[in-house]
Amino acid sequence: MRVLVCVKRVPAPGAKINITADGLAIDTAYLAFTTSPHEECAVEEAVRLVEQHGGEATVLTLGPAEADEQLRYAASLGVAKAVLLPIVGADWDPQRTAAAIATAIAELESADGPFDIILFGNESADSGGFQVGVRVARSLGRPIVNGIKGIEVVGDGTVRARRESEVGLEVYALPTPVVLGVKEGINLPRYPTLKGRLGSKKIEVGQIVPDVAAGGQRMVTLLPAAEQVGATTILGHGPDAAAAVVDLLEELGVL
Amino acid sequence: MSILVVVEHDRGTVAPATFEALTAARSLGEPVHAITLGASADGLVDQLAAHGAAVVVQAHHDLLADYGPEAWGDTVAQYVGHTSPSAVIATGTDRGNEVLAHVGAILDLPFVANCLSFDTAGAFDTAGAADPWQITRVRWGGSLLEQCELSATTKLVTMTHHAVEATESPGIASTESFAPSLEPWHGRSVVVDRVERAAGVTLATAPVVVGGGRGVGSPEAFAPLEDLASLLGGVVGCSRAVTNNGWRNHTDQVGQTGTRIAPDIYLACGISGAIQHWVGAMASKKILAINTDPEANMVAKADYAVIGDLHQVVPAIAAEIRRRRNA
Ligand SMILES: Cc1cc2nc3c(=O)[nH]c(=O)nc-3n(C[C@H](O)[C@H](O)[C@H](O)COP(=O)(O)OP(=O)(O)OC[C@H]3O[C@@H](n4cnc5c(N)ncnc54)[C@H](O)[C@@H]3O)c2cc1C
Repeated sequence: MRVLVCVKRVPAPGAKINITADGLAIDTAYLAFTTSPHEECAVEEAVRLVEQHGGEATVLTLGPAEADEQLRYAASLGVAKAVLLPIVGADWDPQRTAAAIATAIAELESADGPFDIILFGNESADSGGFQVGVRVARSLGRPIVNGIKGIEVVGDGTVRARRESEVGLEVYALPTPVVLGVKEGINLPRYPTLKGRLGSKKIEVGQIVPDVAAGGQRMVTLLPAAEQVGATTILGHGPDAAAAVVDLLEELGVL
Repeated sequence: MSILVVVEHDRGTVAPATFEALTAARSLGEPVHAITLGASADGLVDQLAAHGAAVVVQAHHDLLADYGPEAWGDTVAQYVGHTSPSAVIATGTDRGNEVLAHVGAILDLPFVANCLSFDTAGAFDTAGAADPWQITRVRWGGSLLEQCELSATTKLVTMTHHAVEATESPGIASTESFAPSLEPWHGRSVVVDRVERAAGVTLATAPVVVGGGRGVGSPEAFAPLEDLASLLGGVVGCSRAVTNNGWRNHTDQVGQTGTRIAPDIYLACGISGAIQHWVGAMASKKILAINTDPEANMVAKADYAVIGDLHQVVPAIAAEIRRRRNA
């Protein structure tokens, strides 16, 4: 089985998100970067699929040269191959990103054959466009369902995929080759082993330089979200505060 | 020109966010058409008319008997192809975002997800509906806003939930039937099975949530939080630090990549209040932080706080409730 997982490098802000003076980016001077959480789980799922069914997993990202870090992290967990679609400067809009990824996938597949399963995160943690996976699947002519929290390969080229709904679970039975948008919670991602870390330093990261036109959504500026600020009432210190807490619960009518 | 609203429903039960999309659509001052997919939604006409739909387009096809992102996407895209609305507005939910992503992909149009508001700045009075819209949308699950410009002949947008308050605008809608041409392959992504959740309080709807973070320290140490939650008729939630450690299931996670909660009170115990946790908790009516660190972000943002060790404070609250109940 050939599995491709597409990931995005994103900053990992803590208590607050600061914006740069020009308003066009998050100030990342003091921030670490990570793989967007849904995609962290997609990487884990790709590795598990290959462990269960044999074959090989490949990780792909469109991003700055520094996204090499996220590709190698995936490699440290068991992904065999890595491909970077390098871009310079600001994030690309979703249409453009999808067009670049679809073109790169076509190139990878013409060399090594089709991917049975392509995984995306449901949405990226930062821009949250909710569409790159769908656009890629459509341009490859493959089925896609988003929000997936369970994948089971049932043989004869069918994948059963589960997603949560308001009332429970929905099940889809999709023919491969298939594209799935994965959500955090589908699995608990492993941590890399020392051997995995060392091995990931040695892999060769392939490059496909994307060359596609911008789409119709253009970012103008970032703005801070409105904050609710108000004073915090300190009810007390330690277990002695219990009476004040229960008074409050009574007052709020939740007891 | 008209505005098309995609009605989100599950086998005939309408998603309330649809009424927010209709309310937003009405504000644009063009006739609002609402499209329902599948015969199961035929009964929604009155509710849609009450929220301002002038025309309800009822799409009928065997492959629309249940939800399927590809079948829904192609149906909406074909209707857009026939009628060229100036905008298509859907719900900023799993389904709404998914369907509009398909429409955008099929028609090669840009699609802007999770909008808060849009400024159409004369796009309707001047010659072209093709004029760009200035849109404010959410990023980072709501912790950051973005202003962007959307240029397209038909604008595809979803409204983030609660961005506008749904209001009624009573009227009478005419109905129109639409028969999309769907191929057998559209059926490959239609729901084949469902598992209904047992009825009961869920994290998203619980009136009280007792949340535990890294400060809880172990899976076993959640027992006092469980006890307190059950005394209050609530449920236990947690931070991503907890799920990443494997202490609790992801279904308990509150936050950007977990569940958004809206209880009467959220008791956040041993949680620092990272922005991605906060966006999932901020709709709580009241927040009480229990933390050893008076400087923690959760303490600063909460309405109330107890400074102290949760391992002592939480059992003491439970004991005090029992004492009063037995008094
Ligand atoms: C893209 C992205 C998405 C994310 N999505 C989510 C999400 O959905 N939900 C989420 O929760 N996080 C999310 N995170 C992670 C988030 O940034 C934080 O890392 C996480 O919320 C921290 O969890 P915590 O507060 O339990 O742990 P910490 O930040 O380690 O805080 C522990 C707190 O416990 C207090 N404490 C310690 N011991 C005690 C004690 N005995 N008694 C009382 N207090 C004590 C400490 O003072 C501290 O404030 C996301 C991160 C990223 C990058």
